[in-house]
Amino acid sequence: MALLQISEPGMSAEPHQHKLAVGIDLGTTNSLVATVRSGMSTVLQDEHGRSLLPSVVRYTADNGVIVGHQAQAKQSEDPINTIVSVKRFMGRGMKDIADKAHIPYRFVSNNTAESASQGMLQIDTRAGLKSPVEISAEILKTLKARAEKALGGELIGAVITVPAYFDDAQRQATKDAARLAGLHVLRLLNEPTAAAVAYGLDNAAEGVYVIYDLGGGTFDVSILHLSKGVFEVLATNGDSALGGDDFDHRIYCWILDQTREQNPNKNPLNEEDTRLLLTKARQAKEWLTDNDEAQIIAKLSDGFAIDLALSAETFIELTQNLVNKTLSPMRKAMRDAGLELTEIKGVVMVGGATRMPHVRHAVEDFFQQEPLTNLDPDKVVALGAAIQANVLAGNRSDEDLLLLDVTPLSLGLETMGGLVEKIIPRNSMLPVARAQDFTTFKDGQTAMSIHVLQGERDLVSACRSLARFELRGIPPMVAGAARIRVTFQVDADGLLSVGAREETKGIEASITVKPSYGLSEEQITDMLKSSFGAAETDKQARALAEAKVDAMSIISAINIALAQDGHLLSELEKNEINASIQSLEQTLTTEDSHAVHAATEALNETTGAFAAKRMDASVSRALAGKNIDEVDLK
Amino acid sequence: MSERSLRESGLNENYFELFALKQCFAIDTTALEGQYRQIQSKAHPDRFVTASSTEKLQSMQLATLANEAYQTLKKPASRAKYLLTLNKIDAIEETNTSMPADFLMQQMEWREALEDYKAAKDIDGLENLMKEMRQVASALTNELNHLFDEKNDLTSATATTRKLIFIDKVCEDINKAITQIED
Repeated sequence: MALLQISEPGMSAEPHQHKLAVGIDLGTTNSLVATVRSGMSTVLQDEHGRSLLPSVVRYTADNGVIVGHQAQAKQSEDPINTIVSVKRFMGRGMKDIADKAHIPYRFVSNNTAESASQGMLQIDTRAGLKSPVEISAEILKTLKARAEKALGGELIGAVITVPAYFDDAQRQATKDAARLAGLHVLRLLNEPTAAAVAYGLDNAAEGVYVIYDLGGGTFDVSILHLSKGVFEVLATNGDSALGGDDFDHRIYCWILDQTREQNPNKNPLNEEDTRLLLTKARQAKEWLTDNDEAQIIAKLSDGFAIDLALSAETFIELTQNLVNKTLSPMRKAMRDAGLELTEIKGVVMVGGATRMPHVRHAVEDFFQQEPLTNLDPDKVVALGAAIQANVLAGNRSDEDLLLLDVTPLSLGLETMGGLVEKIIPRNSMLPVARAQDFTTFKDGQTAMSIHVLQGERDLVSACRSLARFELRGIPPMVAGAARIRVTFQVDADGLLSVGAREETKGIEASITVKPSYGLSEEQITDMLKSSFGAAETDKQARALAEAKVDAMSIISAINIALAQDGHLLSELEKNEINASIQSLEQTLTTEDSHAVHAATEALNETTGAFAAKRMDASVSRALAGKNIDEVDLK
Repeated sequence: MSERSLRESGLNENYFELFALKQCFAIDTTALEGQYRQIQSKAHPDRFVTASSTEKLQSMQLATLANEAYQTLKKPASRAKYLLTLNKIDAIEETNTSMPADFLMQQMEWREALEDYKAAKDIDGLENLMKEMRQVASALTNELNHLFDEKNDLTSATATTRKLIFIDKVCEDINKAITQIED
């Protein structure tokens, strides 16, 4: 592993230190990778000059894995082993997939998940059981290889986009996939926010903008306030199971109905036919964007010939209620943001599905203005992600771009009677932390089950269960006397962690929310091991190398901090820090990764107060600067 | 994050001081927004992606505090409640339930109207009720300007704050009802 260079926050890196960071749009239908080169955000192409990588993964008979166009070409021929739209299954269990009958895969429920009643579903392929996380990791690996080839070096990290309306399980699954692909995730970024960055910077937009993002499988609407490089999300809403795929599916069902009407005794379809007709349906949908009628011609595996004409009018009839399903999230977002239609300066269309004319008309009717379509709806998300990756990697001075995002869904926990008590309401700005006190229900109760939920409804059964854990060792008291403080914290990636603490005795329990639909830490480690084929010694060597890289980065960061802000410390404090650095440096000459870890921790501990002082000083400087500006204005 | 760790960040926890604003009810909201962005431009975790874990933790804590403080000061009801807290008054304490009789009557009428519109699935009716609530809230906010900043009459300010909190709750329920009807 290459040594990572650490630049001081607030200082731009020297030009020759340009770090290779990319933005990845991991889409339902297509995926892209982009980077900032010579100040321009650019989508990276494959060796054939293609930007879009179809999000299709095929497991071949000779134990190979093929991703992209080649896999897509085989989807009708080998549907069971060719996985398309895997994003729809990320962080999802069997019961979440509505129309399993029309999806040509062999789904398997993951019964090995230790915590929840249902784990994330898996797909049985010729290469064995594959989870959506592993399949997505193949797409990410392909994009990583494309980027490293194009940029000529190892990536320090990537910003990966997710639908804003993705819940915690779906976000966690995405992060796991990146880890499996060997990508360091700089940040999970919401797709509409990424689009806003690309659009906003390109057009020097200021004011309130709506991003309407209808992709292959997900729908998001975000309302942002853009001002001088600050992108503040005011509200977001959406439907993480609504997208272009659903329009294809309506056409597919129409083809079946028409065929059965004409030939009541038609044989049932096999998996190849299902995939073929879904592909034909997608082609017809795309054709109808610019034409009044699409011809659907297909020959099924039993020789049966299909020849149908689908008019644009019929297509609209079939799918208008899907378009209407996007209206309710828009209304909710507008209400949450507390805005009137007249306050919206522009509506930006993102996602391939927004090419459909009746989608554009619906948006125009709703917002009473023509939507902005002057950018490539397929690329804008990746371009925005690349810009953010470039900033996070420290390649650009930090003063000019700031993204302030929100959590899309309310978070809470189960209380008596199967009700959800909300702790963090939707559209809270990230990062956010909230604490609330709870108490016992019975006399002498010594344990408490904490059930973490996400969603807007009041009933536990109508929300998504994220995790359960137990707090034990509560001192026996009468019912209602104990004070259990539960804290929820959501980080800048939108990922949740929950802690519980009994206040009188100080018993604690906490978890990073993960298990219900994610992979366990053990599963990921196993997968990494098998994919690298690493022996035990390799693992140790890797751990040691990583620990040393970590240690050196921190020493370098602290030395720069001392040079810049050493005056904030007393001589005694400086000596303490220097001594701590020296102890850490000594461990670097050994082969003991535990000692390196311990000394790194110790150094982190010693510099805690210094970090706080620097933060204070930096903020005070910022606020003082602001005040002077204000004086100048008057 | 516990209160303890917020304190460890070393910054003053008074939200007004955090944003270098004068402690009063009628704050300059443009200045609040500006100062909030200034702090986040320094403290946000995006600025510390490649920093040490200690600095990441500090950033997380300060950014969280700034978000909490910003949300609290932005809305009149939570700002009023916070101002009272700084004066050791809990506006929604359980023992502190007295409300003038006329406001209680008015409250019941609004609640009944809300239930009626909800039952009739009358979105226009709900939206009109919302407009009425906004007007009432705006009048109460003006009253608070006067009570806090000119008269420093915390007893009356507490009563008015309670009314405003109540109105906010009705607005929230109207939104919920509209959402339910639309779904």
